[in-house]
Amino acid sequence: MLTVNRYKCCYCGACVGVCPTCALELVETWLEVSAECKECGLCTKICPVGALEVNA
Amino acid sequence: MKCDLIVVGGGPGGSMAAKAASEAGLKVVMLEKRQEIGDPVRCAEGVSKRTLNRLVKLEPEWIASEVKGARLYAPDGTSIVMSEDKSGGEVGYVLERKVFDRGLAMLAAQAGATVLVKTRALGLLRKNGAISGVSAMRIGEPLEIEAPLIIGADGVESKVGRWAGIDTALKLQDIESCAQFLVHDASIDEEYTEFFLGNNIAPSGYAWSFPKGEKLANIGLGIQGSRSKPGEAVRLLHKFMKARFPNGRVVEMVVGGDPCSGPIESATTDGVMLVGDAAHQTDPLTGGGILNAMQAGVMAGEVAAKAISAGDMSRRGLVEYETRWREKIGKTIARSFQFKEFFVKLNDNDMNQLLGSLAKEDISKMDLAGMLRVLFRFNPKLLWSLKSLII
Ligand SMILES: Cc1cc2nc3c(=O)[nH]c(=O)nc-3n(C[C@H](O)[C@H](O)[C@H](O)COP(=O)(O)OP(=O)(O)OC[C@H]3O[C@@H](n4cnc5c(N)ncnc54)[C@H](O)[C@@H]3O)c2cc1C
Ligand code: SF4
Ligand code: SF4
Repeated sequence: MLTVNRYKCCYCGACVGVCPTCALELVETWLEVSAECKECGLCTKICPVGALEVNA
Repeated sequence: MKCDLIVVGGGPGGSMAAKAASEAGLKVVMLEKRQEIGDPVRCAEGVSKRTLNRLVKLEPEWIASEVKGARLYAPDGTSIVMSEDKSGGEVGYVLERKVFDRGLAMLAAQAGATVLVKTRALGLLRKNGAISGVSAMRIGEPLEIEAPLIIGADGVESKVGRWAGIDTALKLQDIESCAQFLVHDASIDEEYTEFFLGNNIAPSGYAWSFPKGEKLANIGLGIQGSRSKPGEAVRLLHKFMKARFPNGRVVEMVVGGDPCSGPIESATTDGVMLVGDAAHQTDPLTGGGILNAMQAGVMAGEVAAKAISAGDMSRRGLVEYETRWREKIGKTIARSFQFKEFFVKLNDNDMNQLLGSLAKEDISKMDLAGMLRVLFRFNPKLLWSLKSLII
């Protein structure tokens, strides 16, 4: 499962831009993850602050 | 709600598109999901004076500072200086984007556009297969807006293209992961924007200091996404600050993603045009995208007016936008992409050698092409693969 650390996230949208399945949506300061997420981990790598994690 | 044109996104690209289309007589609605346009900032705020002045009448409060030129540091500390008018798209003014972006949105509103803030586009509406508007959420309430034509100016997180069938998802090698602090430090050079190269500083990217006056500067870095890992940009920035600005006081934090893919295959489809970061129109080498977004916005706004009056919103009817942006900014973007592909492979010794050879010459009066020729003369082997771009 993809988890968002909302205390870290700076709501920049970089993760939204790389998600191949359009699973992420930034609602101002709130990052939403939809069921489309395939847990590929691309978004975790691009996040400048390290707010995203794929957990088994 | 009904109109001729919906612009999704109220950044520099969207506002210029809405302004141009309104001035050409269209009924325009511009949607911005944020409640405050321009905030939070995701930018180092550097732009060339000449191009910006050509595009809009400047308000003094948009500009934080003016610089004389750019200074480039090789990994070994060797530096070269380029004057402002020779340094290209991102050197000249350092903007105050919170004020600038809102100022451009105001120009769009003054030209007649309806600006809806805290209004997020959720998807495209279709009638008999053709695009007929946008469904949105406005301050928590659903809203449908009807229009035969949409401009997607929704930035790095763009969805408009994807909804319409243009795949704009960024591959990791085609986006820079960036972090930046607004820093107060007595050692800040207020006359020059500074660029710091080195694989230890910013792998396949660079660090920067863009002065904003009163010993403040945007100090940040960007690294190629394919060389990033979770939290890497912020970690490297802390390291860079410690080494270069150990007494710097951080008063603001910015992070973001900056496209560097080179020109996309198509920025138009039936009923839709993409502008700015949504169309990856940033310069792949420098990451600068404000002026390109603004120029593309103007072109798309003007073409929108023609398409509406001709009644042809098909991809064919919008072809003038595609041709014009490729001619005006696309060629430079393509060239920069080739330079970037070369640059990201350089090791620190190569960079020391290249900048070292320039440091010995008087380059103060040279433009980029002249400098590249000097570089080639001294480093033919290293630069052989770029021969066709230089000579
Ligand atoms: C760290 C960093 C430093 C940079 N430094 C520079 C620099 O020094 N010089 C330079 O020229 N460029 C720089 N850039 C690039 C520059 O910031 C962008 O190219 C520029 O902002 C692009 O403008 P735009 O109008 O295309 O998109 P944006 O300015 O990103 O605007 C897009 C807008 O669309 C809105 N939006 C998104 N989705 C929706 C939706 N569904 N509904 C409604 N609204 C939506 C967003 O909230 C946003 O306001 C930098 C980028 C980064 C990340
Ligand atoms: S990339 Fe990181 S900081 Fe930016 S919106 Fe995504 S989770 Fe938040
Ligand atoms: S893990 Fe992959 S699919 Fe899931 S949100 Fe991140 S990028 Fe998208």
